[in-house]
Formats: sequence, structure tokens, C-alpha cells
Amino acid sequence: MLPFILRRLVSAIPTLFLIVTIAFFLIRVAPGGPFDLEQPLEAKVMENLRRIYQLDRSLPEQYLLYVGALLRGDFGPSFYFRDFTIAELFASGLPVSMTLGGLALLVAVLIGGTLGTVAAFRQNSAVDYAVVGLGTFGLTIPNFVVAPVLQIVFGLMLAWLPVGGWNGGAVRSLVLPVIVLALPQIAVVARMIRASMIEALRSNHIRTLRSLGLPTHVVVRHALRGAVLPVVSYLGPAAAALLTGSVVVESIFGLPGVGRYFVEGALNRDYTLVMGTVVLVAVFVLVFNLLVDVLYAVIDPRVRYE
Amino acid sequence: MTDAAALPVTAPVVGRSLWADARTRLLRNRAAVVSMVVLGLIALACLVGPALTGHAYDRVYPDYVRAPASLTAYPFPEQVIPAAERIAARARAKAEGATVANGAVRLALVAARPIDERLLAYFDRSDLFGPAKVLERQEEGRRLVVEAPIEYRTFLFGTDSNGRDLLTRTLIAGRVSLAIGLLATVVAILIGVVYGAVSGYAGGRVDLLMMRFVDILYALPFIFFVIMLVVFFGRNFVLMFIAVGAVEWLDMARIVRGQTLSIKRQEYVQAAQALGATPSGILRRHVIPNTLGPVIVYMTLLVPKVILLESFLSFLGLGVQEPLTSWGVLIAEGAKNIQGAAYMLVFPSLFLIATLFALNFIGDGLRDALDPKDR
Repeated sequence: MLPFILRRLVSAIPTLFLIVTIAFFLIRVAPGGPFDLEQPLEAKVMENLRRIYQLDRSLPEQYLLYVGALLRGDFGPSFYFRDFTIAELFASGLPVSMTLGGLALLVAVLIGGTLGTVAAFRQNSAVDYAVVGLGTFGLTIPNFVVAPVLQIVFGLMLAWLPVGGWNGGAVRSLVLPVIVLALPQIAVVARMIRASMIEALRSNHIRTLRSLGLPTHVVVRHALRGAVLPVVSYLGPAAAALLTGSVVVESIFGLPGVGRYFVEGALNRDYTLVMGTVVLVAVFVLVFNLLVDVLYAVIDPRVRYE
Repeated sequence: MTDAAALPVTAPVVGRSLWADARTRLLRNRAAVVSMVVLGLIALACLVGPALTGHAYDRVYPDYVRAPASLTAYPFPEQVIPAAERIAARARAKAEGATVANGAVRLALVAARPIDERLLAYFDRSDLFGPAKVLERQEEGRRLVVEAPIEYRTFLFGTDSNGRDLLTRTLIAGRVSLAIGLLATVVAILIGVVYGAVSGYAGGRVDLLMMRFVDILYALPFIFFVIMLVVFFGRNFVLMFIAVGAVEWLDMARIVRGQTLSIKRQEYVQAAQALGATPSGILRRHVIPNTLGPVIVYMTLLVPKVILLESFLSFLGLGVQEPLTSWGVLIAEGAKNIQGAAYMLVFPSLFLIATLFALNFIGDGLRDALDPKDR
């Protein structure tokens, strides 16, 4: 197993390098620059700015400079959020986004898994239809509709929870954003678990367990092991997306996460910030893909990596 | 002859193709059939509806800003006389004895000085009245008896914060959202199917390289891609969504590649190869048609995904430009006005959610209908 993980980590390096290269040149060929304001800056000021940020060098030269800095773990200064480096922005925002995303993921797996299992055990009953309907509901309602509705109902009408804000990570401020983030994931997990559980329950070994009259929790434990595999492969990329923040949820609830940097960085041509987000997402995706493969081997002993 | 007629006519056994089979099973799925009808009705309403509502989607009614949804026509009886009095005040006169009769308002304008009759144009300029007529001139023009017809308008879904009819705008938005969903999906499927089929059929090193490229694109943040596209194609909305389709093909390519890998081992493909068919001919005739089942299912799920994506872009302010609109734009506006005017959120959301629900059920129905294991 360890050699496999090491080999995968090594093979991720060229992938990461290619991603950095593609993103670097893509953002540079985009029209506009980080210092293009409504009112153009004076030529001399512009020239100085460009020199400070090394934009006056040739593009290949800048690329080499950036990759060199990246290898030393330096993401560079932000062009748009003056006085901050990309590392500082991420250091303050990433814990927020990861807390929210991690909780949402946990909620999604627990609730979605339970709902899906219950629905599979009672296929074509009222409970089953309720879960399927709820799943479709959670998938089709955009989160920017759910969020304001929840804010109005729980924040203003009932006044149980704060409408927004981070508040140092207080539990009460976390409830609504986590629900909004988790809702579509609950839907997907419930649907996937239901579908694969139905298949697993029909398989010979589970039918034997049931015919022996074993208690339900034993049957569930054995059936889930096989049924959880497709969910694991879905959850890899989904976890990467959730943990790196959501623009919509963070802007509606006013949370200081990293999600907004994806939009603000690209819109303001904050080159280093964009590259930072690209590297961040790529690392998360690669790590979680590896994690999925490892989990696969742990859950399903038939899977072997030589 | 009677004997012959009594004999049962043995019709030749007609084989059922996979598609005919799937169609019967799909039509037996009630949720899918209802969804197809609902989707058809929504599409029809969006196509012909805007011409029938009696309002242009970009016509602004300044007197009906945020008018709540109502089945009865505006103006309401209690609104008429205050409105007429306000207009009188603008014409620098006092209104006296205003009465409503036969769809017109009649009132006397009184002023200290003779009233300039050109100021009566204020009646016509208002959204509530037609051109005013002077019935009587008294006291040397210091008192005018005026009659103005009331113009009734219905706003079934109310009006938005600029005073535009929300029903017309919802339908126009539906055109935009549905067109975008279809356009991007078609592009994604074209690229994905061809790429996946070629990669799977070629196999070996070509396959490895092509799939590594897909992996790399997967690891790029999606928002980054989309915003780059907005930057490049910002002015041209159609072009942008062709580009979004060009980003969305990754899943499709993976699905089709997986299918192709199993199809190319089938006997009929080997037979075609033995007969000397060209690879492109085999791809077109044998491989791609056999991958279409999962492709169609994925398509019905991709359309809602793209519609949601457009809504998301509009929420960020990167979507369609005013006065054109989409469901996402309307919903984002409705979410802003949720406290005073909840109907602005409710109606566009209903349309969007109904469409997405229908597409989801059709997708599920198609998956069940095309699954050969599930007879």
C-alpha cells in the first residue's frame, strides 16, 4: 500500500505542474490587468507598479519566477488585497471554509446515508417515496434560494439563529450555512446509497443473512460495505469542492472564507490570487482522489494495488 | 370463405427493438410522462406566452412598481381617485367631486388661475388613464370638468422593482434559460461523445494521454474556467454558453470511454474489423450508437446543471444583461426583495424548480427504461 501511495504522490507532481502552467498562461492572455481601474492610472505610476510586481518582465521570465517562488512555498503578494500575501489570505480564510465544508460533509454522510438506507429497506413504501422526493427537491433548488428563505424564517421570523456572520465560529452562526451547503449533498448521498443498497440487498450473501434472521443492524453493516463504494468515489471530488469554500453561501451569510477569492481573484485579474486558488483546488482534488483510491482498497479487499 | 375467416391469421413475429422496448417502459412510468407533459407546457408557454400577455418584457410601468400579483386588473377601485387627485396636483389644480363611472374617471379641476389644458397630458402619461377630455369649461377656464378613461391592466405575477410585468419576464427568462441549457448540453455531448469514443477505441498510449488531459482539466477550479470564459466572451452570451458546454464535457467523455472499452470487445465490432471497415466507420456505425443510452440519461441531468450554472453566474452578476433576463436573474432579484415582495421570488422559482424536477424525473425514467437488467 505504502509504495502505491508514494508512487501516486510522485505522479501528482507533473500533473500539478501542468495545471499551474495552463492556468498561468490562461489568466495572462485574458484581456485586462490587475491595475486597470475605471480611471486609468498615470503612466509613471503604472510603470512603477508594474516594475514592483515584476509585470514588466517578459512572460516566460515571469513564469519561471512564479514557478521558482512556488517551489519555495511562496504564493506571492496579492495584487488586489494590498498589504496581504496569498498565504495570509488563505491562512485566515481556509479554516473557515474547511470548518463549514467539513461539517456539511459530515452532516451529508450521516443524514444522507441514514435516509438512503432506510429507503432501500422499505423500497416502494411511503418512506421511500418521501426520501426520493426530498432528494430531488434538494438537488433542484438552487442554494441562493434556500439560503435567503432560511435566513428569513429562522433568522428574522423565529429569531432563533443569527442571519449571518462568522462570530468566531460560534455554533449558532454555523447552523444555517452548514444546512445550505449540506442539503444538495444529502440529496445525492441518499439517492446513491439507496440505489446501491437496493442492489446489495438483492445479492446472495445479504439474502442469506436476512434469511438467517440476523438483526437489521448486522445486515446493514454487511450490505453497506459493498453499497458505499460508489458514494466514496463521488465524495472524493465533492469533498474537495466543499472544503475549498462556496462563493454563494459565503457571500449570502457574510462569512470570511476563501470561496469569494475564486471570483474576486479572476474578476480583478489578481494573478497571484488566481494562481493560489488554482493550486489550492488542484492539491485538494489530487489528495482526495488518492484518498478515494486508498479507501477503496480498505473497504473492498478485492481491490489490490501492486 | 367463412372457414378461412375463422382461422386466426398468424402474423409474422415482430421483434421488439431495444428502443421500442424502452419507449413502452418509459410511457408506463407515470412520473416521467407527467414530467414530459409539464416540460412541454413550460416550453410552449415560454415560446408563445410573451406574445399573449399583453405586455412587452421591457415595458416599464412607473406607476406600478412592485405591484403584487393579482388576478383582478389594476388599478383597483380605491386607487383611481387618489391617483387622479395626484395628477390634478401636478397640473397645479385642485380636484373636486371625483367619481368613477363606466370605466372612466370624471372630476372637476379648480385653480386660482386659468388652467393650461396642455397639462392634461399628465393623465395620458400616467399608466392608469388614457387621454383626458375636457367636458365643460367654467369660470373662464379656472374650473374644468374633465373625463379620463381608466386603462385596466392585469399583472398575474405582479411587477418587478422597475415596474415591469413579471409574467412576461418569467416567460422570456424561460426562453433564455432553456435555450442555454440545451445549447451548452448539445455542445458538451458532441465533444464528450467523440472524445470518449476515440479515446476508448484507440486504447493504449493514446487513451492514456487523452484521459490524463481530462484529469488535468478536472483538477482546475471550475469557477476559474467559467470566469475566464466570461472575460473572453463577455459580450456574446451565446458564444459563452457554447464555451461552457465545452467545459462540461469531461464527465461525458469518461462515461462514453468506459462504454466504448466494453463495446469494442463485442463480436459485431470484431466482425466489422474483419470485413475491413475503417475505424471511423466502426465508431460511427457501431460504437457511438451503442453508447447513446447513458448519453441520453446524462443529457437530461446536464440540462438542469447548466441552467443552475447560468443562475449561479447571474447571481454573481456575470449572466445575461438587462433588459434581457433569465430565471437566475429573476430569482436573485426576488431574493433581494423577499421581505416586501415575496411573489418576486416565488413565481420564477416555481418555474425553475418545476423545470428541474421534470428534467430529473425524465432522466430517472430514461435510466430505468434503458437499463436492460431491469425487465
